[in-house]
Amino acid sequence: MMADQVGQQEEEEQVSVASNSGPQAEPGFQSGLDIGSPAGNRSTIMEDKSCLLKKLEISVSEAEKRTGKNAMNMQEVYTVYLIETRPVDSQNEDENCVPDSLWRRYSEFELLRSYLVVAYPCIVVPPLPEKRAEFVWHKLSADNMDPDFVERRRIGLENFLLRVASHSVLSLNTIFYLFLTQENGWKEAVNESGFQAKADSRLKALNATFRVKNPDKKFTELKHYGDELQSVISQLLRVRARVADRLYGVYKVHGNYGRVFSEWSAIEKEMGDGLQSAGHHMDVYAASIDDILEEEEHYADQLKEYLFFAEALRSVCRKHELQQYELEMAALDLTSKKQQKEELATGTVRTFSLKGMTSKLFGQETPEQREAKLNTLEEQIADGEELVKAKNLECEDFMKNAWADIERFKEQKNKDLKEALISYAVMQISMCKKGIQVWTNAKECFSKM
Amino acid sequence: MRISISPARSSAPHLQQRPLLWARRRFRFGAGDFPRLRRWAEPGRELGRRRRRPPSLSASGTMEGSTAAARVPRSAPHPLSKDVLGFADDEEEDDDDLEVFSKDATFTDASSFNISMPTSPSSMINQLTLEDEPDNRDLFITVDDPEHHATALENFFTYRIITKTTRSEFDSSEYEVRRRYQDFFWLKGQLEQAHSTLILPPLPEKFAIRGMVERFNEDFIETRRKALHKFLNRIADHPTLSFNEDFKIFLTVQDLASHKKVGSAFISKMEETVRAVASSVKSVKNRPDEFTAMCEYVDIFHQKMGRLDRINQRILKEWREHSVALKEYSPVYTLWSGSENELAEPLTGIASSIDSCCKATEGLTVGLSEDLLPALHEYVLSAETLKSVLKRRDLIQADYDSRIDALANRKAEREMLEHSDLSFTFGAFLGKSMEEMKQQKQQKIDREIEELQAEVAHLEDKVEYANSNLKADWKRWCLNMRSDMKSAFCNMAENNIHYFEECLATWESFLAMQQTEMKMDENSKNSG
Repeated sequence: MMADQVGQQEEEEQVSVASNSGPQAEPGFQSGLDIGSPAGNRSTIMEDKSCLLKKLEISVSEAEKRTGKNAMNMQEVYTVYLIETRPVDSQNEDENCVPDSLWRRYSEFELLRSYLVVAYPCIVVPPLPEKRAEFVWHKLSADNMDPDFVERRRIGLENFLLRVASHSVLSLNTIFYLFLTQENGWKEAVNESGFQAKADSRLKALNATFRVKNPDKKFTELKHYGDELQSVISQLLRVRARVADRLYGVYKVHGNYGRVFSEWSAIEKEMGDGLQSAGHHMDVYAASIDDILEEEEHYADQLKEYLFFAEALRSVCRKHELQQYELEMAALDLTSKKQQKEELATGTVRTFSLKGMTSKLFGQETPEQREAKLNTLEEQIADGEELVKAKNLECEDFMKNAWADIERFKEQKNKDLKEALISYAVMQISMCKKGIQVWTNAKECFSKM
Repeated sequence: MRISISPARSSAPHLQQRPLLWARRRFRFGAGDFPRLRRWAEPGRELGRRRRRPPSLSASGTMEGSTAAARVPRSAPHPLSKDVLGFADDEEEDDDDLEVFSKDATFTDASSFNISMPTSPSSMINQLTLEDEPDNRDLFITVDDPEHHATALENFFTYRIITKTTRSEFDSSEYEVRRRYQDFFWLKGQLEQAHSTLILPPLPEKFAIRGMVERFNEDFIETRRKALHKFLNRIADHPTLSFNEDFKIFLTVQDLASHKKVGSAFISKMEETVRAVASSVKSVKNRPDEFTAMCEYVDIFHQKMGRLDRINQRILKEWREHSVALKEYSPVYTLWSGSENELAEPLTGIASSIDSCCKATEGLTVGLSEDLLPALHEYVLSAETLKSVLKRRDLIQADYDSRIDALANRKAEREMLEHSDLSFTFGAFLGKSMEEMKQQKQQKIDREIEELQAEVAHLEDKVEYANSNLKADWKRWCLNMRSDMKSAFCNMAENNIHYFEECLATWESFLAMQQTEMKMDENSKNSG
C-alpha cells in the first residue's frame, strides 16, 4: 500500500495512514483550502471525536511584513500570519464562502502556548516552530526575515494550530477559540485569566525536582527518555546540517565543468558539440541541489518539532514531580503534627525538641495551655489530613490524565516520525533518480565527443 | 620497377617488397625493411645528390613566408601521399621524393636502427585507424614493483620494467630491467633530441605534486608508477618512437649508466639555440598559419586542462569530506534507535542505508582518483609538451630563416660588387690591381654563397621534415586526445551512475522493508 502512496499527494496518503492508527483516530480531514506543505505531519494527526477540527477548518495561509512601534516605543519590523477559519459544513453549501481571517504575530502564538501549558499541565502541549533559525547549514539563512524561513515558520504555525485543534481537551478551550476568531481584545482576555500568576516558578519546580523522594517510576523513565530524545535529535540535526553542507559543495563544484566545457568546446571541432551539451547537463546537476536540500529542510523541521516536544514532555514530568513533592511535604507535615500531638498528649518527649527544652527549663505548661494547644493541633491535623487527601487525589488524577495523554503522544510520535523517516527515504530515492538521469544524459553526450 | 599498391594497406609502396617482415609488422613500416632505403640511411650522405626539385621551387631569393606547408603537397609530391599512390610509374620521382624523408644523420636520429618512414598525414591516418587492433602490437611493457633503495648518498625508488616482444631487432623475447625516474628522464631527453618535433607522451612530474608532502608517499609512488607505465606504452604505440635505439637500450640493457652520454648532438643543439635566439624575433613572422593556429589552440587547451585538473581535485576533496560527514551521521540514528521501541527498526534501517551510501561514496572517490584524475592530469603535461614542440619547430624555422637572410645579404653584396667601382686604396698598397681585388672579393663571396646555399638547402629539408613530422604527429595526438577524453569522461559518468544506482537500491530496499512491516502490522491488527 505504501508503494502506491509514495510520491503521491499528502491528501491521499493521510487517508490510508490515518486509518491504520489506533482506536482514537478518525479518518484524516479533507481540506478545502490549499495548505501546501509537502512533508507536513498533518497527514498523520490523529483526531479525536470531539475535537474542534471536526467543525472548523483552520489554516495559516499567508505571511506579511509589518512595521510598528514596540513596547519601548521603537520602530520595528515584524511578520504577521493570516489565520483563516471556515466552518466545515459551509463548504458544502456555499462554494464561495469566504473564510474568516485575522492576523497574528509569533509572539501572540507564544502567549497562547504559555497559557495552554499553565492551564493544562497534564497535557503534552504541541510546540511552536523555533524562534530563531538553528542547525543551519552554511547556505541557509539564519535571518528571521528570510522568505524561506518565514515560509517554513508559517507551515510550523499551521501545524501547531492543527495539533491543538485536533486534541480532545485542548481544542475545547475558549481562549484558543478566541485566538482563532477574535482579533481584538484577545490579549486582554488571556491576561485576565490570570494564568501568569498560576504558573509555577522555575525555582519552585527545580527545588521539587531535587527534593522529591518517590516520584512515579513511569514518569522518571519518561523524563529520561525526554532527555535522551532531546540530546539525540540535537546531534542528528547538527550532523545532518554538515552532511547537507558537504553535498551542496559537491554538486556546486560540478557547475564549473559546464563553464570549462563550454570554453573548451570553442576550440574543438569534432568534440565541440559533445562537450557543450555535456556541460549543460553538468549545470543542471549543479542546480538540482538547491531543490533537494530545500525539501530536506522539511525533514529537519519534522525532527525539530519532536525536539521541542521533548521539552513539553519534560515539562509534564516536572509538574508531576512538583505535585508529588507537595504531597510528600504535606504528608511529612501531617506526620510531624501528629507526632507533636502525641507528645503533648502523653507528655513524653521522644525527640529532642525546643518544647522539651523549654519545659525543662521553664517548667511545664499549665493544663489550660496544653488543652488549647492540643485543640489547635487537632484542627491542624484534620486540615492536614484533608490536604493530604486532596493532594493525593490531585496527584492521582494528574497521573491518570497525564499518562493517557502521554500514551496518545507516544502513538502520535511513532506515527509522525515513521512517516518522516519514510519521506526522508523517498527524498533520497528521488535525488538518486535525478542523479542517474543527469549522468546518463551526460554520458551520452560524452560518448558523442 | 613496377610497384603495385593496394590502397587499403599501408601507403608506402615499397612495403610490398618484404612480405614476411611486412606481414609481421604491417603498419610499422620502417625503411629498415627495405634494402633500397637502407642505403640512404647511411650517415654522412651528401646533400648535394639529394634533391632534384622542380624549377618552381629552386631556392631563389628569400622564401616567402608561410609557403613551407603549402609547398609540399603541390610541387614536391609526397611519395606517400594519396596523390602518389596512384602513379607508381615514375619510380625515379618516387625515389627522389623518398629521399626527402630518408634519414639524414644531422637532423634525424643517427642512432636509430631503423629508418622511420615519415609521415604523411594520410599514411599516419591509415596507421592510426589500424593501430587500434590489439594484435598489431608486438611490444608489451609493464612497469611495476617499486623498490626502495638507500645508498650513503641518496634515497630513491626503482621500478621493474618487463618487456615482451616478438620483434627481430631484439635479441631475446623477454627482458627485465630496473630503472629509476632519472633514467626515464634521460630517455625522454634522448627522444626529444632525436625527434624534436614529434609529440612525446608526457612524463610524470619530477617533483611531488602540490598537496603531497612526502616525496615517497605511497600514493605518490603508485601514481608515478602508473604514469610511467603509460609513458612507456605510449612510446611503444608510436610508429616512429617505438623504433628509437635509445628506447630499445632503455628496455633491454642492464646497466644503463654506460650508455648515457652527452653526445655531440648536445653541442650542435647549443649552436642552433644560439643562432635561433638571435633570430627569434623573426620566427613569429614567418610561421605558417597552421602552426600559428596550433599555438593558439595549445595555449587555450593548456589553460582548460589546468582548470579541469583543479576542478577534478576539488570534486574529489568535496566527496571525501562528504564521506567523512556521512560516517558521523549513521551512528546517531543507531544511538537513537536504542531509546525507541516501535521506531527502533526504521531507525536502524536508516542507519544501515546511510552506511551503504557511505561505502558507495568511497567507491566513487576511488574510481575518480584512479581514472579521471590521472587521465586529465596527463593532458596538462601533454599540453606543456606541445608547447615546447611548437617552440622547437619555431627555432628550427628561425634558424632557416636567418640563413636565408644571410644568403640574400651575400647575394646583394655580390650584385653590388658587380656594378661597383672599387677603389680599394688598401689593396693598392699591396700592389694588386683593381681587377684582381675585385676578383678575389668575388670569389670569396661566391664561396660564401655556395656554402650558404648548401646550408640553406639542408635547413630547408630540416624545416620540411620537422613540419611534416609535427603535422602528422599532431593529427595522431588529436585523435588520441579525443579518444582519451571520451573514455575518461564516459568513465566518470559511469562511476557516478553506478554510485547513484547503488544508493537508490539501498533506499528502495529500506522502503520495501517498511512496506512489509506495515503490512505485517495491518495483518496483526486485523487478525488480533
